[in-house]
Amino acid sequence: MAIVETRNLTKVFKEGQPGAVNNVNLQTREGEFLVFLGPSGSGKTTLLRMIAGLEHPTAGEILIGGAVVNHLPPRERRIAMVFQSYALYPHLTVFENIAFPLKAQKVKKQLHRQKVDWAASLLGIGKLLERKPRELSGGERQRVALARAIVREPSVFLLDEPLSNLDAKLRASAREELEQFQKRIGTTTIYVTHDQVEAMAMGDRVVVLHQGIVRQIGTPQEVYDEPADTFVATFLGSPPMNLLEAEDVIVGFRPERFLPSELLARASSSEEIASKLRAEHMLLADLGKRVALSFRVDYVEYLGAERVLYGTLVGTRFAEKPVVSRIPSSIVEKFEQNSVHDFIVPESELKFFDRATEKRIEPKVFRWQ
Amino acid sequence: MSSRKLGAAMFLPAILYVLAVIGVPFTLAFIYSVGDVKIASVGYHFVGLENFRSVLRSPTFRRSLFDSVVFTVGTQIIVLVGSTILALALKEKFRGRGLVRFLILLPWVAPVSLGAIGWKWILDSLYSVINWVLIAMHLVRPYDAPMWLGEPVLAMMSVIGVESWRLLPFSTVILLAGLTAIPRDIPEAAAVDGAGFWRTMFQITIPMILPIINVAVLFGVIFTFTDMTVVYILTRGGPYDTTQVLPSLAFFTGVLGGDLAEGAAISIFLVPLLVAVAYLMLRVAHRSEVT
Repeated sequence: MAIVETRNLTKVFKEGQPGAVNNVNLQTREGEFLVFLGPSGSGKTTLLRMIAGLEHPTAGEILIGGAVVNHLPPRERRIAMVFQSYALYPHLTVFENIAFPLKAQKVKKQLHRQKVDWAASLLGIGKLLERKPRELSGGERQRVALARAIVREPSVFLLDEPLSNLDAKLRASAREELEQFQKRIGTTTIYVTHDQVEAMAMGDRVVVLHQGIVRQIGTPQEVYDEPADTFVATFLGSPPMNLLEAEDVIVGFRPERFLPSELLARASSSEEIASKLRAEHMLLADLGKRVALSFRVDYVEYLGAERVLYGTLVGTRFAEKPVVSRIPSSIVEKFEQNSVHDFIVPESELKFFDRATEKRIEPKVFRWQ
Repeated sequence: MSSRKLGAAMFLPAILYVLAVIGVPFTLAFIYSVGDVKIASVGYHFVGLENFRSVLRSPTFRRSLFDSVVFTVGTQIIVLVGSTILALALKEKFRGRGLVRFLILLPWVAPVSLGAIGWKWILDSLYSVINWVLIAMHLVRPYDAPMWLGEPVLAMMSVIGVESWRLLPFSTVILLAGLTAIPRDIPEAAAVDGAGFWRTMFQITIPMILPIINVAVLFGVIFTFTDMTVVYILTRGGPYDTTQVLPSLAFFTGVLGGDLAEGAAISIFLVPLLVAVAYLMLRVAHRSEVT
């Protein structure tokens, strides 16, 4: 077990160009599942590769277990890595693939069988040991890659988008398995992904990266509910947070907090709808002060469990600004194209950002007219 | 004209060319090898396998067959080791890589005969630059300098050396292509798994490009086994036929010696041998196919 720490870590690939990773300071906790989340080109993979020792930092320090490892080759860092492509050795059997790190680290030969069997049984691939990687499905390959990573009992796990090559259904089950697996072995894990669902579901904490800069580090709930800046606010959540620009502030609210008011009015008299809404985690009684806005619906996206309404605001100083509302399907109200509805958003759900720095600021009194 | 006919018409020149340049001589050689044709003789009598029997009895032929094998195997070993090292080195990025790649490709681009004539002077008994350097460094005495092309073992080493020089670029380019096809993740995974340079090379990289190495060796064997230019220019098979290979023997017997039938029999003798080699190599390549 070990803690990974970076201090002012920077990587510049070509002199004069902006860095791929800029001044990153972060520290994992013991046994933590830490997720690097960002769009492509955000530097998350470069950051991981520097921790693995596959890329040399331009500046800054990397510490694993309290010791600076900048000048150690990957094999002396006591890490294991799972690559996006899995990088299984195609000419070796599954057994030989899993035993390769043991061989490379000169573990006694008598122990190989026992250790490989242990790793294989942890991942349920005991029956595949004599196969070659090309005879395996995507999910099986991913398990072999994981088995190869755990067999030497590393102190840190580095996973580079290990689920991105699986189909959607398999990805969901693999995600859950991986999470359970990490909890069971309790090894500090760094996981790179561009998929916010993966990040939110698996991470103990999430590091949101953009253009090589750490935008926010926090639990999934913190980064979602308390975004540090407009990038985090719009990168997380689907559809992203609605942002309205005023002179000096940007005000934002999540689409699922922007709801039809007639429904709320009726809900107070109808226990039935209120209980339905409660099931969707929207406690109407707690809404407090509300901001009323008129909303013209442009089109509706039906997604099964919910509907997403795309439209524009009517009246106020933000007239014609595009906004999105996400309502649970249990609300049966019809929303015709171009019809105007009264919507409300709870004042407590408004997030304020500084217009110039795009950083989050304290809520302030805001003029809607 | 239908597209089918047009296609056939477009294809025809290529077929005619192959037939004229390869098919006709090959058939002719086969017919000669079972006949009694000599230069300036008229008429043709079928003699069955008589030419082959006579060739097999000849000590010169047996010597040449042996030399051919030594020449081919020796060249392949040098080329294989050399081109693997070169390909691994040229895969890495370094300043001037383009220039080095170009220089290494030169022996392949230059005509064989020109290169071989150059080497003939480099290895000359009187004017050899190698000897000149060795003498200047006081490693050999002036009256005792090695006769590179005049002593049986040295002569064989010389022709093997020149043939290797000639084939090295081709093999290097093939292996380089094979190495480039290995995804970057694989050696990186090996590095994270704890493998050092040698382990990665011998347990990961080389096994992965084994099919490509097979192709390079297959071509190398065929090129070497059928090549007579280097031997013909450097030693003419000498001294005392110790560097005589089958293609040069066929040429000396059939064309210069005038015994077309026996010369043809010697060349035809190569065919089943090469077919067997090619078949074996392709099977091995197929079995170790990657991914």
